[in-house]
Amino acid sequence: MADSAVQTYSRADFSSDQSVRWCPGCGDYAILAQTQKVFPELGIKKENFVFISGIGCSSRFPYYMNTYGFHTIHGRATAIASGVKLANPNLSVWVVTGDGDGLSIGGNHTIHLMRRNLDINVMLFNNRIYGLTKGQYSPTSERGKITKSSPMGSLDCPFNPLTLVLGAGATFVARTIDRETKHMQEMITRSYGHKGTSFLETYQNCNIFNNGAYTSLTDKGTKADSVLWLEDGKPMVFGSEKNKGIRLDGNKPIIVEIGDKWGLDDVLVHDESDYVIASLLSNLTYQSDFPDPIGVLYAIESVTYEDLMMAQINEAIKKSDKKSVQDILNSGDTWIVE
Amino acid sequence: MSKTTLQVDEVVIRFAGDSGDGMQLTGTRFTEATAIVGNDLSTLPDYPAEIRAPAGSVAGVSAFQIKFSSKDIHTPGDKPDVLVAMNPAALKVHQKELAPGGTIICNANAFSSKNLKLAGYDSNPLEDNSLEDYYTVYSVEMGKMVSLACKDMGLPAKTVDRSKNFFALGLLFWIYDRPMKPTKDWLGIKFGKRPELVESNIRALDAGYNYGETTEIFMTRYTIDKASLPAGTYRNVVGNYAISLGLAAAAEKSKLNLFYGGYPITPASDILHTLSAWKHLGIKTFQAEDEIAGMGSVIGAAFAGDLGITATSGPGIALKSEAMGLAVIAELPMVIVNVQRGGPSTGLPTKTEQSDLFQAMYGRNGEAPIPIIAPGTPGDCFFAAYEACRIAVKYMTPVIVLTDGYLANGSEPWQVPELDDLIPFDVKFADKSDLLDGQFMAYLRDKDTLARPWAIPGTEALEHRIGGLEKEDVTGNVSYDPENHHYMVETRAKKVESITQEFDPTEIYGDKSGDVLILSWGGIMGSCRAAAESLQKDRQKVSHVHLRWVNPLPKDLGEILMGFKHVLIPEINFGQLIQIIRAEYLVDAKGLNQVRGKPISSSDIEKTVKELIG
Ligand SMILES: Cc1ncc(C[n+]2csc(CCOP(=O)(O)OP(=O)(O)O)c2C)c(N)n1
Ligand code: SF4
Ligand SMILES: [Mg+2]
Repeated sequence: MADSAVQTYSRADFSSDQSVRWCPGCGDYAILAQTQKVFPELGIKKENFVFISGIGCSSRFPYYMNTYGFHTIHGRATAIASGVKLANPNLSVWVVTGDGDGLSIGGNHTIHLMRRNLDINVMLFNNRIYGLTKGQYSPTSERGKITKSSPMGSLDCPFNPLTLVLGAGATFVARTIDRETKHMQEMITRSYGHKGTSFLETYQNCNIFNNGAYTSLTDKGTKADSVLWLEDGKPMVFGSEKNKGIRLDGNKPIIVEIGDKWGLDDVLVHDESDYVIASLLSNLTYQSDFPDPIGVLYAIESVTYEDLMMAQINEAIKKSDKKSVQDILNSGDTWIVE
Repeated sequence: MSKTTLQVDEVVIRFAGDSGDGMQLTGTRFTEATAIVGNDLSTLPDYPAEIRAPAGSVAGVSAFQIKFSSKDIHTPGDKPDVLVAMNPAALKVHQKELAPGGTIICNANAFSSKNLKLAGYDSNPLEDNSLEDYYTVYSVEMGKMVSLACKDMGLPAKTVDRSKNFFALGLLFWIYDRPMKPTKDWLGIKFGKRPELVESNIRALDAGYNYGETTEIFMTRYTIDKASLPAGTYRNVVGNYAISLGLAAAAEKSKLNLFYGGYPITPASDILHTLSAWKHLGIKTFQAEDEIAGMGSVIGAAFAGDLGITATSGPGIALKSEAMGLAVIAELPMVIVNVQRGGPSTGLPTKTEQSDLFQAMYGRNGEAPIPIIAPGTPGDCFFAAYEACRIAVKYMTPVIVLTDGYLANGSEPWQVPELDDLIPFDVKFADKSDLLDGQFMAYLRDKDTLARPWAIPGTEALEHRIGGLEKEDVTGNVSYDPENHHYMVETRAKKVESITQEFDPTEIYGDKSGDVLILSWGGIMGSCRAAAESLQKDRQKVSHVHLRWVNPLPKDLGEILMGFKHVLIPEINFGQLIQIIRAEYLVDAKGLNQVRGKPISSSDIEKTVKELIG
């Protein structure tokens, strides 16, 4: 969708004049920085970007991007973004949402956006907590979480966001981590490049209300064993020595040591277009023995809602002889009074 | 004995039968034929909420009433002169509303002991003489005659029996001298792919007509002169269709793309259906996952420069309310249609009511005023929808159109408007020329309308952010400043108030002063006008004012109210406009409030006015 004759932008072109109001140390800063870094390179005019958000710390995001932006109401960003995209399919539409915004109050709209496959990029900042309202458990909080609204531990079983959107028909499903700047840039670029709805979950640390939610994935000592970096066409290996792999035992994933018994050939190879692999991977999340898959889990091409809509409209225009409302008004059983 | 022809001014007919008997269709065909004859008319469909209530049961009765006249009329009539009852349940439900001395035409074949029992009759009212003293009863073996007419066609008996409504229609066409051709043509189109059904229905229709002509049972035909309507091209129109036309006309005149986002709900769904069928006009329809998403999509479309429309009924408005508040603070143009139905909750989905006025006025958190326009007749739905769109864009505000089930499904002859005659509707999106020292001011207002600029994504140099947090005046940046908030709340209210500058002086039907002013809003207009006409004929000092805009109220209303000893406000609710009027003007207005799922009759209004006069 790159525009021709686009001027070259710098990161500053995408920074608005509003002062950023997240807590110092919040993971949201990193996501903002990487977005502002990547956007000048996407090759479309600045005025064609639109950010739509709901409510939450994460949803403040549009105020800081010097693009068109709309900070809307809790949970409804995906619905509002759908209207924007259908009104003007030429826009590059981005949704910023949180785990509460997009999965709790707005869960319904999220799944329906996935199945419709509008060309909208969803960035879900998952801090596994309600940040803005000061720390209640969210739909991604682990069961038993102690918060102000769950002093004896939360009772809910958490959503697995990627399993959820895969089940809802998402055509692009990816995950990154706030601390992994390079990887995040790549994921944002990939999201942009996907025609259809892209769903990018970012593990984001809320250092005030849920500090350390992802330390095992970010700490030097544990990271290598905890993260499964996904690359299309590459075997799924992890560990500091890259000596562990994911293998299918029947249809059950197991971890194997690469060495005498198992070679690289025995390890599952990632295929972004394979739904079975994607859902298998998404289900590794929350399984403590397994590393957490990070990267593009799933990416397939599929027709977008707006293209289908415009095709129907164009076909109807071509077929009908009624070009004006006046033609409809004058048609049917009319009579003349003299 | 030769048959006689009687000239009458007006007739009210009610077609009633089981949901499966095709009464809405029969009524609609009779209406079309009547429109073509040139009578003035008004219709009232009345159908059950259950799609499949048990056949023959009282709950499954569906009815359609039409009043037609050589005079200008305003209502579908209070009491029918003629009741066509296709089964015992239909007779049971509707007989009590028949005018004294009225006529009953029944399908005798449906009066089986099973159906009689289902309707709660101990004996057959067609045989026990219980009706003869009060009404003229015609017991016609419609089922049998239709099966005779189609005998040689080799169709299943069930299929043939389904044509009996066309027998009834044919009979009424004969009695009231209506043309058959439009219905025959229509059958040809409707069942084009199944010629045997075209044939059987036409045979039933002819059989009914001939039955009237040849038997000695019906000795009188009636003619009703053409109504003297202003010259022009006419069509019959129902409210929901008129709304759809008005919205589409607004899009065409403004050159905006129409985006409709919504979720199906009775009695508003027909607007979604109609607009969905008009893709050839470039109309985009989006059936969202719920009303919240429908409203959200409309807000997004409005932000991006489309003419955003949604339509729903009360429960849907409840879901949309939070988003409507966002539309208010974001000051984006869009139109929200509420086709009111009986409430609370799921209430009476297929019945009319006017009980969502408070919801429209106050049903949002914070100070969130939204202009409200309420059409008074099915045809006015067109103009109200157009006007709502025009005002929404001109003032950069959501606008609510409040109609109701009666207007939505009711119909009237309607002079076809010319788009060229509508008030111009020009739109200018903001562009670079709106920059102030290189900065775009998203909340810099027009001094006459207080509208902010409509700057749509994709426009160079106008990148800006809006949202639900309070805005700073002029810049539109987030502001928590108390003075600014007070100012912005006040300004949003003033903006809505300033729409009164669009209004013509309020029309008073009757004298400027007198004993009683009947004040109405919405679909009750016809009953109020009919009551006022009749009372004025009686030399009573009664006038009628109809409010088309309910918010803001016209500036001259206070003075008008002062001219009358009494103000009567009939409403199909428990008193909503009346509270607003009392609070606004400190007048001791009286209400006439009925919530029985149908319009308040003009005779009830007359009676109340007379009681007020004393
Ligand atoms: C209708 C409504 N209900 C509740 C709230 C309060 N609220 C605001 S944000 C939020 C949760 C935000 O959590 P999340 O989406 O995870 O965002 P985060 O702050 O963690 O980034 C809640 C409950 C609201 N603004 N609107
Ligand atoms: S509360 Fe948490 S999520 Fe919100 S800004 Fe602070 S650190 Fe970030
Ligand atoms: Mg959160």
